[in-house]
Amino acid sequence: MSEYLQLFLVFAKIGVMTFGGGYAMLPILQREVCETKKWAGDSEIMDYYAIGQCTPGIIAVNVATFIGKKQKGIPGGIVATLGMVFPSLLIITVIAAVLHNFMDIVWIGHAFAGIRVCVCVFILNAVLKLWKSAVVDVWTFIVFALVFVGSVILDLSPVLYVIVAGIAGIALSLLGVRKEKPGKGAAKDGSVAAEKEGSPAAAEKKNGGDGK
Amino acid sequence: MIYLRLFIEFFKTGLFSVGGGMATIPFLQDMSRATGWFTSAQLADMIAVAESTPGPLGVNTATYVGFTVGTQEYGMLGGILGAVVATVGLVTPSIIVIIVVAYFLDKFRKSRYVDGAFYGLRPASVGLIGAAGVGIVLMSVFRINTVFEFASAHLELKHLLLAAAILALTNWVPKVKKLHPIYFILLSAVVGVVFRF
Repeated sequence: MSEYLQLFLVFAKIGVMTFGGGYAMLPILQREVCETKKWAGDSEIMDYYAIGQCTPGIIAVNVATFIGKKQKGIPGGIVATLGMVFPSLLIITVIAAVLHNFMDIVWIGHAFAGIRVCVCVFILNAVLKLWKSAVVDVWTFIVFALVFVGSVILDLSPVLYVIVAGIAGIALSLLGVRKEKPGKGAAKDGSVAAEKEGSPAAAEKKNGGDGK
Repeated sequence: MIYLRLFIEFFKTGLFSVGGGMATIPFLQDMSRATGWFTSAQLADMIAVAESTPGPLGVNTATYVGFTVGTQEYGMLGGILGAVVATVGLVTPSIIVIIVVAYFLDKFRKSRYVDGAFYGLRPASVGLIGAAGVGIVLMSVFRINTVFEFASAHLELKHLLLAAAILALTNWVPKVKKLHPIYFILLSAVVGVVFRF
C-alpha cells in the first residue's frame, strides 16, 4: 500500500476516533503513529504536539502536518491533513443536511434552545480551565482584561487583539517585567491547548498527567 | 464570489486562532457579525453538533459553517462545496506554517520571541473566548444581541437553572464530570423539549 494512502487512512482513523481533539487525541496518536506505524518516537510526538500548540491553527491538524511532512515531505503533510479532516467533512455534512430539514419543527427548536444553554456552560468551562495556565501574573491579567472588555463592548476583529497581544507579550518578556520565568509557559503548553478544546475528559487527563 | 470569501474568512481564522478548538469561536462570531451568513443562535447550534461528533472541534465547526453558507446560496451541492472550501481554508495556514517551522524546529522551540509572544497570546485567547461566550449567553439566555441592550433583556428562570445544573454536573460531580459532552447536550435537549425553552 502506498505510503500516501497509509498516511491518509491512519489520520482519517485518528480523526474518527477523536472526540473534541486536543489532549484527548494524544493517546490515540501515540498508539497509531508510534506503536503501530513507528513513524515517530514518543518524545518526538510530544515535541510535535507542544509545537502544534505554539503555532496558529487547529492542534490536531498541525500534528498531522508535522508527521506527514516527516514521512513524505510537503505532499505527505498535505495528505495527512486531508486524512485528518476527511471524517469531519463527511459526518458533519450529513448531519447538517439532515438537521437543515428538521430545524422548523417546533420541538426541535425547543431542544436546540436547551442545547444552547449547555454550550454557554461549555464555553465558560473552557475559559475557567484555560485561565489557570494563561493568567499567571498581573501582566497577563491586564492583557486578559483589556481583550475581554474590549471585545465585549467594541466591534473589532479578533485578529487585531491577537497581533497586539503577541507584540505585547514579546515586549513584556524582553523588558523583563514578567513575574513568571520564561520557558515555564512553554512547558505548560500541553495543558493550555488541550483545555481550549473544552473537553472535560481532556482536562482530567491533563491534571493527572501533570502530577499535581 | 461566496466561496472565495469563505476561503479567505477561514484562512484568517486558521492563521490567527491560537490553540484550536474553542479558540476559533471568537473568529466565527466576528464572521457572523461581518457577513450575516449565520446568526449567533445558529453558531451555538453548530458548536453543539461539533462537540457531539468525532473530529477536532475547530474543523467540525468550519465544515458546518461552510455547509450552511453554501446551502443558502446554491442548495445542497453548493453546501457540500462550501464545507470543503471552508475546511481547506482553515487548514491551509496550518500546513504552510508547520512546513516552515519544521525546517527551524530547534530554533523555534528555544526562541525567546516565540515564548514571549505566547506569554501575551494565551491570556488574549482566554479573553476572546470569554467575550465570545458572553455574546452567546446574551443571545441564548437573555435574548439580546449586545450588552447595550441589557434594559430589554428578559431572563427566564428555567434557562438559568439549566445552566447552573450543567455547570455543577460538569465541574463538581465526581465521575459525571468526566462524561463525554454529548451526554450533557442530550440532557439539555430533553430539558429544552420538556420545559418548552
